[in-house]
Amino acid sequence: MSDEANKGLLSPLRRKLLMGMAAVPAITMLPRASFAQAPATSAVNTTGLAVTDTEVTVGILHSATGTMAISETGSIEAEKLAIEQINAMGGVLGRKIKFIQEDGASDWPTFAEKAKKLLVNDKVAAIMGCWTSASRKAVLPVMEQYNGMLYYPTFYEGLEQSKNVIYTGQEATQQILAGLNWIAKEKGAKSFFFIGSDYIWPRTSNKIARKHVENVLKGKVVGEEYYALGSTQFNSVINKIKLTKPDVIFTDVVGGSNVAFYKQLKAAGIDLAKQALLTISVTEDEIDGIGGENIAGAYACMKYFQSLDNPNNKTFVPAFKKMWGEKTVIGDVTQAAYLGPWLWKLTVEKAGSFDVDKIAAASPGVEFKGAPEGYVRIHENHHLWSKTRVGRAKLDGQFELIYETADLVEPDPFPKGYQ
Amino acid sequence: MINSRFFNRSELMGFIALAAVLFVILPLTLDVFRLNLVAKYLTYAFVALGLVLCWGYGGILSLGQGVFFGLGGYCMAMFLKLEASSVENTKIQSTPGIPDFMDWNQITSLPLFWQPFHSLTFTILAIILVPGLFALIIGTAMFKRRVGGTYFAIITQAVAAILTILIVGQQGYTGGINGMTDLRTLRGWDIRPDHAKIILYFVEVLLLFACIGIAQFIRLTKLGRILVAMREQEDRVRFSGYSVANFKIFAFCMAAVFAAIGGAMFALNVGFMSPSFVGIVPSIEMVIYTAVGGRMSIFGAIWGALLVNFAKTSLSESFPQLWLFGLGALFIAVVLAFPNGLSGLWADYVQPRIDRLFASRKPKPDWNDNSVADGAPAE
Repeated sequence: MSDEANKGLLSPLRRKLLMGMAAVPAITMLPRASFAQAPATSAVNTTGLAVTDTEVTVGILHSATGTMAISETGSIEAEKLAIEQINAMGGVLGRKIKFIQEDGASDWPTFAEKAKKLLVNDKVAAIMGCWTSASRKAVLPVMEQYNGMLYYPTFYEGLEQSKNVIYTGQEATQQILAGLNWIAKEKGAKSFFFIGSDYIWPRTSNKIARKHVENVLKGKVVGEEYYALGSTQFNSVINKIKLTKPDVIFTDVVGGSNVAFYKQLKAAGIDLAKQALLTISVTEDEIDGIGGENIAGAYACMKYFQSLDNPNNKTFVPAFKKMWGEKTVIGDVTQAAYLGPWLWKLTVEKAGSFDVDKIAAASPGVEFKGAPEGYVRIHENHHLWSKTRVGRAKLDGQFELIYETADLVEPDPFPKGYQ
Repeated sequence: MINSRFFNRSELMGFIALAAVLFVILPLTLDVFRLNLVAKYLTYAFVALGLVLCWGYGGILSLGQGVFFGLGGYCMAMFLKLEASSVENTKIQSTPGIPDFMDWNQITSLPLFWQPFHSLTFTILAIILVPGLFALIIGTAMFKRRVGGTYFAIITQAVAAILTILIVGQQGYTGGINGMTDLRTLRGWDIRPDHAKIILYFVEVLLLFACIGIAQFIRLTKLGRILVAMREQEDRVRFSGYSVANFKIFAFCMAAVFAAIGGAMFALNVGFMSPSFVGIVPSIEMVIYTAVGGRMSIFGAIWGALLVNFAKTSLSESFPQLWLFGLGALFIAVVLAFPNGLSGLWADYVQPRIDRLFASRKPKPDWNDNSVADGAPAE
């Protein structure tokens, strides 16, 4: 009996001892002088994160290889730019940010493995990363188990909220509803045709869009079609569009499929100057592949366009191009990724600590006035208050801002009446 | 004495070396995070072991082992997912008590084929039987018609592609491209904390040694010799009155079951399962592990799975943008320079030295022992 009890006690004790032993060499490595400032580090870092008197380590976790690399590269670049700018301003709580970059390789389990490595091995204070919903779903249990902090940049389907994640992109209602309202009012649109890639984000987005069209706008959804990721044959759906003649084609086709879709649409004689098309999945990055001449005239519903005319964006775009080349374009997600390191810095300074629990608690209410999209604020549910904007694609691959909501739109990851 | 019959001397050394590394050296030197990674690599060793039987000995190249790895993994994941989706855990959903991805896809009740996965016994049986039966069907359809070689390899690839499309397409029932994530407990036992990872690691190593034992047993019996004979001269075996198809089906099914056990252990160790382990690319990778390690050698293949995956992790940690090139170069180098893989390298360069060392100590060389086991006379 007592043996059993002892065993229970022993193993945590041993682990603590081992951790203590591991810390001994680390302490001896510190220069003697630093003991004078030691209270500072011990005060801002009570949970053993990779924070020294001069440095704090964060992780960057995106796909640098594989099919997603083309989308995620922009996010990596934006995060590195933000980190460089923060360091140039003196860092966070007097500490320079050092980053460790890991490659998720477009493979969800690899994302989970690397997230775990960053948290357990490298003890990073925060991770900027993930892009697809699948990679976030894979990483989320790891973040919650090891109590990490993830800044996730992509617009996504919602239905999620975690203490350990700050969602710097829009959730579905923020992205969709205002855009649908606008097009219904502006174009008098009553009938909609939905086309999406077949996975969770388009399906959930279209579910929300359908409820909004039917219940709020009193319109009709005349068709809803899904195509496998990477699909390149859209002729049958284009025929259906010609038959049903919807007022609006609403699309959330992702990745390379877009190239085929818009080319075939054009080839079939559907002129986007006359046929309204609203997409929630095409940013400047995608147009690079689609070609401006194939998509000119389409409307996109985002929160950021590279062409936005505000002082923040006027300094952000040249800085980005200076670091990564004149030809790079900046899409919605790239901008959202840029917010990650800044929001983290502001939150750390508000909390006066690098501890994840304190950052999670301090996050609501943090505002970033230097955001290229204008102004953002973190909501209690760890998503961002941000504006919804509609842009019209131009021949040169940029968007022309057509409409923006007057106020910030409240994030609502679990929308009532839309599930 | 029994050992010396079951393994010859070099195999015994290989066995002891592997056991020492997996049971003693790695657990003592690695932290739990790295040990868990080793557990992940070892799940591929099960597949490699199956490929040694089926490809190395039987000469049947399957480029679709990911299918069986996936089936085993999904069976386990379904059980774990059901347990993680208790009404209490899923209060936030519109239909509590069903897995989250079903709720996102507007499914309102648990589909019929999910129901039996509430039972652990059924799940364990399913992990063995579902892939086993599936392999039996494919094998019977192919081998009875004497489809073999390249055509068989192509068909296994097609099966892998079809299953991936099926899983991705039916996302309401399978989790789609996201896979099944956030697996938490096994019969109430949390599989996520460090001590659970250690226990799972040892369970997995024990299972691996059990599978090594089975593979070695098959190899040493008459069955194993027929497999080799079939690989070398299929017609002669057929004319001697053996049913070649049945032996091929057997080898293919064994490989499938080993792969499925690996898949189930993967779901337990990593805590999720996704279609990215089922498709063509992972299936080919599994063949590469076996080729790098040496397809004729049970231990070689296991080392291959361990080393290739270790290289994958460490290269990608050090060179996030360039690592795939490094890995590709490694494969080309291994295949060009040592067609029999690492075990061939060992047999050609290292083993003779060890033999000489022993020979110089003992007056009487015992290479006889070796030659009997390798070129055992046909019975």
